[in-house]
Amino acid sequence: MKNIWKKDKGFVIFVALAFAFPFIFSLLGQTSLTEGTNKFWQGQLINFFIMAVFAMSYDLLIGYAGMLSFGHAASFGGGAYTVALLLEHVAPDILKSYQIFIGSTNITEIVILIVCFLAAILVSILIGLLFSASAMRVKGAYFAMLTLALATALNLLARATDFVEWTGADEGMHGVPVPLWINPTQNRLTFYFIALAFLVLAYILMKRIVSSPTGRVIQATRENEDRARMIGYNPVTYRTLAFVIASVFAGLAGGFYALWTTSASPSMTSGVTTVNVLIMTILGGMGTLVGPLLGAGIMQIFSQFLYTWFGARWPLVFGIIFVLIVMFLPYGIVGTWRLQGFKIKQGWQRLLELTKTKETPEK
Amino acid sequence: MTNENILEAQNLRKSFGGLVAVDDVSIQIAKGSMHAIIGPNGAGKTTLFNLLSGIMAPEDGKIFYKGENITNVAPQRRAHMGIGRSFQITNIFPNLTVLENIRLGAQAIGKDNFRFLTLAEAYPGYVEKAMAVIEMVGLQGKEGMLARNLAHGEKRKLELGIMLSTEPELLLFDEPTAGMSSEQVPELIEIINKVVRAYNRTAILVEHRMDMVMSVSDRITIMALGRLLAEGSPQEIAHNPQVQAAYLGDLYGELG
Repeated sequence: MKNIWKKDKGFVIFVALAFAFPFIFSLLGQTSLTEGTNKFWQGQLINFFIMAVFAMSYDLLIGYAGMLSFGHAASFGGGAYTVALLLEHVAPDILKSYQIFIGSTNITEIVILIVCFLAAILVSILIGLLFSASAMRVKGAYFAMLTLALATALNLLARATDFVEWTGADEGMHGVPVPLWINPTQNRLTFYFIALAFLVLAYILMKRIVSSPTGRVIQATRENEDRARMIGYNPVTYRTLAFVIASVFAGLAGGFYALWTTSASPSMTSGVTTVNVLIMTILGGMGTLVGPLLGAGIMQIFSQFLYTWFGARWPLVFGIIFVLIVMFLPYGIVGTWRLQGFKIKQGWQRLLELTKTKETPEK
Repeated sequence: MTNENILEAQNLRKSFGGLVAVDDVSIQIAKGSMHAIIGPNGAGKTTLFNLLSGIMAPEDGKIFYKGENITNVAPQRRAHMGIGRSFQITNIFPNLTVLENIRLGAQAIGKDNFRFLTLAEAYPGYVEKAMAVIEMVGLQGKEGMLARNLAHGEKRKLELGIMLSTEPELLLFDEPTAGMSSEQVPELIEIINKVVRAYNRTAILVEHRMDMVMSVSDRITIMALGRLLAEGSPQEIAHNPQVQAAYLGDLYGELG
């Protein structure tokens, strides 16, 4: 923990800025902390924080474990549906008949939320295991296709009219009763800080995981499966682990997304959702963890500006920018910086030396 | 089976479609020896290695390691039992550092593979072991380089280092000098010889060039077209008329 500043200056600065943002915005714009544009941008950032965790979990899969899954939205949607279903159909009955208060804090509500997220973890572990069990023995395009098929199956399950009373089928669930103290409409600032804390915690955990002995083996299986096997690692075990871990973080992000939107809808499990995080991950750089964070930021925040500048045509502009980034920064923004950054520094150094030698003859 | 044999293969057979790559091959490897298997390209040497290391399953025959039947044991299990293998085509972790490549091997035989939340560097034992191996194979000063940025000869050394990092008792070398320039070859052969002798390990060395293994091997097996042609000490092999005709014929014929 003491090394986090040394190793991750960018992330620490980002967290400090994100923490201070509502206050700075309020001071600069003379606006209230909890209303108007301040509240709007808090919302945009909350969206970004949650999608960043989702994108980083996807990076665990494709960047660190080298598995191109097109079904990652299944875990995200799974988490969202678990939390939404429990809040919608189970929590009200419990709250009606059984409430404990300590002071003015409703303990029951907190316990229910914790249980919701534990359930989301459990569901995403199961989804991760289901995906691993059925797709782990094939590779490359076949793996991608199988994961897409499984995610589509779950998407169909979410749309199924058989469970319309529970899930709302195509409509999804809307206006899920979220406890007042964390409700993103009434208490957005609280939710903002909780979402930020979630992002920080998720980042630190994932960072630890990829640097841990297990995480290193996961990267080794990405690099060279045969080699990993010949020094005594079972690649299937480690890839399954990676899949389940990534699924858990995606599920938690999905759970938070359900709280944030007070809804769960089939689109959360769709291929489009996966493609969105894929774009975030590629934009920022695979296998860098902070890259997808940056990519999510660009997607969520920058697209808002694009929308105000270009109106409904913004996706076209975004598409062009994406193509340019992929063409000129093939490893993503962070990835290319890590690979080429020292060259830029070298070039800068050389430039400085050139200006120095130019100056000396004049003297 | 005698206790002196660390590895014994009986009547191994493996075919690919109509091609019988390994045909009824039986071989005994004495503990502590350096055993070379040589033969021209396509003789089935690498397939035999794939059978011995468990990457492929034989259609027929049995493999015993230290008296235990390992015919159907998975390659990762064999690695834990003490069988290490290097590959003919360089098989490293290209986007990891040299140190990490070797550290992973040291970690593999340890007990910390399922730790999620501690830094890998928090286990200095593996780093120390890795550094010792790096020194052994002569890659000092390159620890921090990405493996893919190494020169070819250095990659071969790294390949060897990864294999040694798991401290195997039986080392399977599949053409360790493949693609190396002739100036680099003696150095690598010397490293292999040193490792095997100094730590009293057993090595099986596949080569297609006989001159390379003559001086270091205790025993040589000649393979051709999936079958064993001859086996003996380097002197016996060099003077075996059958071998000379079938395999060395061209080489010595030209010279003569």
